[in-house]
Amino acid sequence: MTIAKLGYTLLGLFIVWNWGFLMGATFRKIGARVSGRYGIPFYQPWINFFKSMGVRTTITHGVMYYLGPVFRLTGGIGLLFFMPLIYTGDPNGMWSNFSFQGDLVLILYFQVFGMLGMALGAGEGGHPYSAMGIARGLAQHAAVELPLTLAILSIAIQYDTFSLYKIVEAQQGGFQNWVIFTNPFAGAAIILSMLGAMGHSPFNLVKAPNEILIGPATEYEGTYLGFMQSAGSILHVMEAVLFMNLAFGGATNWAEFIVKTFLIYFWSVFVGMVFPRFKIEQSVTWFFKVPLVLGLLAIIVFSF
Amino acid sequence: MSEEKDMNPKVSEMLARSEANAKAAGKKFVRPEDEEREVVAPDGSIIKVNPIYDYFSGARPTEEKPRNGIVEKFLNWARAESIWVLGFGTGCGSIEIPPLVTPRFDMFRFGVQMRPTPRQSNAFIISGYLSVKTLKRVIRTYEQMPSPKYVLALGSCTINGGMYYDSYSTINRLDHYIPVDVYIAGCMPRPEALLAGFGKLKELIKAGKAEKANEYARNFDWYKANQKKIVKDWNMPDYNW
Amino acid sequence: MNEILDKIKQKYDAKDVTVERDRLAFLTVAKDVAIDAVTYLRDYEGFSHFVMMSCVDWMEDGKYQLLYLLHNPEKKVDVGIKTYIDRDNAVMESAHHLWKQIWTYQRELHEAFGIDFPGSPRVEENFVLEGWDDIPHMRREFNTKEYSENTYFPRPGRETYDPATYMREKLYPNQPVTAKRKDNDK
Repeated sequence: MTIAKLGYTLLGLFIVWNWGFLMGATFRKIGARVSGRYGIPFYQPWINFFKSMGVRTTITHGVMYYLGPVFRLTGGIGLLFFMPLIYTGDPNGMWSNFSFQGDLVLILYFQVFGMLGMALGAGEGGHPYSAMGIARGLAQHAAVELPLTLAILSIAIQYDTFSLYKIVEAQQGGFQNWVIFTNPFAGAAIILSMLGAMGHSPFNLVKAPNEILIGPATEYEGTYLGFMQSAGSILHVMEAVLFMNLAFGGATNWAEFIVKTFLIYFWSVFVGMVFPRFKIEQSVTWFFKVPLVLGLLAIIVFSF
Repeated sequence: MSEEKDMNPKVSEMLARSEANAKAAGKKFVRPEDEEREVVAPDGSIIKVNPIYDYFSGARPTEEKPRNGIVEKFLNWARAESIWVLGFGTGCGSIEIPPLVTPRFDMFRFGVQMRPTPRQSNAFIISGYLSVKTLKRVIRTYEQMPSPKYVLALGSCTINGGMYYDSYSTINRLDHYIPVDVYIAGCMPRPEALLAGFGKLKELIKAGKAEKANEYARNFDWYKANQKKIVKDWNMPDYNW
Repeated sequence: MNEILDKIKQKYDAKDVTVERDRLAFLTVAKDVAIDAVTYLRDYEGFSHFVMMSCVDWMEDGKYQLLYLLHNPEKKVDVGIKTYIDRDNAVMESAHHLWKQIWTYQRELHEAFGIDFPGSPRVEENFVLEGWDDIPHMRREFNTKEYSENTYFPRPGRETYDPATYMREKLYPNQPVTAKRKDNDK
């Protein structure tokens, strides 16, 4: 049973990895079309990945430099391992992975895990842009986590559980049961903090192009970069899955999964196409204003 | 010290010679903050620092053998379809690069992308004339790029000096200092010519002929001697990883 | 404009006054009063903007000609103070205390012509060239073509053609050359 479950989880990982690459390519393609270009071919991320893996020489800055991309990939895979991908009606079913009572708390930890790993690794790389990107990333992440955690607590109070599977289960039976409708304040806080978690413009402070270029990844090359590309694609999908499970009723089959994660991901992409980048103090202040108030309201409404 | 261990004896000998030359000329090129010295750490212990070699490896480059058969063919295809260009404008020709990312020419559809750091790029466009001062930065940057790496020489100045052939500060032939894969002649070449150059580079990579990084490692002494002949204030390691 | 020129003429014994336009004039003063003249223009005549400083190499006369160009933003008038210094022993009084940007001009002139400005901050540092070990590169006896051929690797087979002659020979080989054309070719 466990072996089969592990197999399904790894298969899910493979699907998510490819789907993340495809979504990344679509993101680039939409950006190109908005500026009137033809854009990259849709298979470009796979080629980039294989090319990065085929680089012949590598450098090292020490042990933490190696562990940075590994931690980030672990963060992505950890999210996937403990989060139900597809709701099948059976808590030990094939696509609910290793979801358990209280997995929501673990998932909140795993969200920070990759970021911290990158902070250690990029810090040892020693490039000033890495340090700047990491400092901004951690500051913004703290600002994102606060409304998100409040919204999650509100949902936990609402359904009286910390299990993602049960939250998804409670939202079945039509869109009127989704958290976004049953608990609109928490839903709104989640939708807004999602923009920060996805890291697209106007919240792309970590990788701010034209400013600190690509931020923490400045010193990474070759195989490390390949790992980080994979981790990025997995993390993007898994963030979308988390928000899908929390506020949009989860998915009952792969088609629904694809459509919902695509729409959630592209909500942040389209916002990014319209709005220019915030400065770090603007970004943090914004998260402390609108989403935080919505999160507090969500808590207050469901506490009394 | 570990950084002295991984320095090739020949390289350190060359560095010593260049420093002796600099001293004989009565000039010192290593800045005071880059000198080898002892510093006192916050906990009171004394640490020896040699900033030039602490941050960069002075190790000599080695030839990297291509992998076997079909694996290398597949990797070469991937390398050709994903050319990451270092965004470093070295001369007048770099103004021809921005049009390539605009709707009219759009190099992204050929898998050519700009990359802001030498660590992640595998193609380097040397655009136009190259002064000695820029050449020093170019060498550092080129050596920081991971192998396999390709150089596109843009404009006639890189071939024979162009209209600056008699200038005291610009070099005449780029291929005496770093190996060049593709020349794009003209003054200035249009963006179409640059796209054609990328096409040529792709053909070379797919045919497995773009192994100039290994050539650089093989003829390292010759290239280094040429570089040191004109970069007189050599205040960096011989191989800047 | 004329009042200012007259005043400087009297005060500093200026020679060779050239009025280029209504608002632009140059005058030449002796080496030891040049900085005084610049200071006077700045402090008493309202020439608060320092435009530039440059040098001309008069190799045949054995002189360097220095130029300080000043601008009066109220009257919209430019005045250039010229002075000659000895070429072989090129030392000039530093003017860095008047405007800070003169540091950089003097650094550049030190590198390009070898003029020394005692007391000027950072004047010995490299300006454009790094590790230059030949004679200053803007002195006219410096042969840049010869230096380039000896230092860099000239590409063999490089030829230079006069465009007019070359095009005529290639495109119109049978057309006779008229007398007027011959003159033009020279």
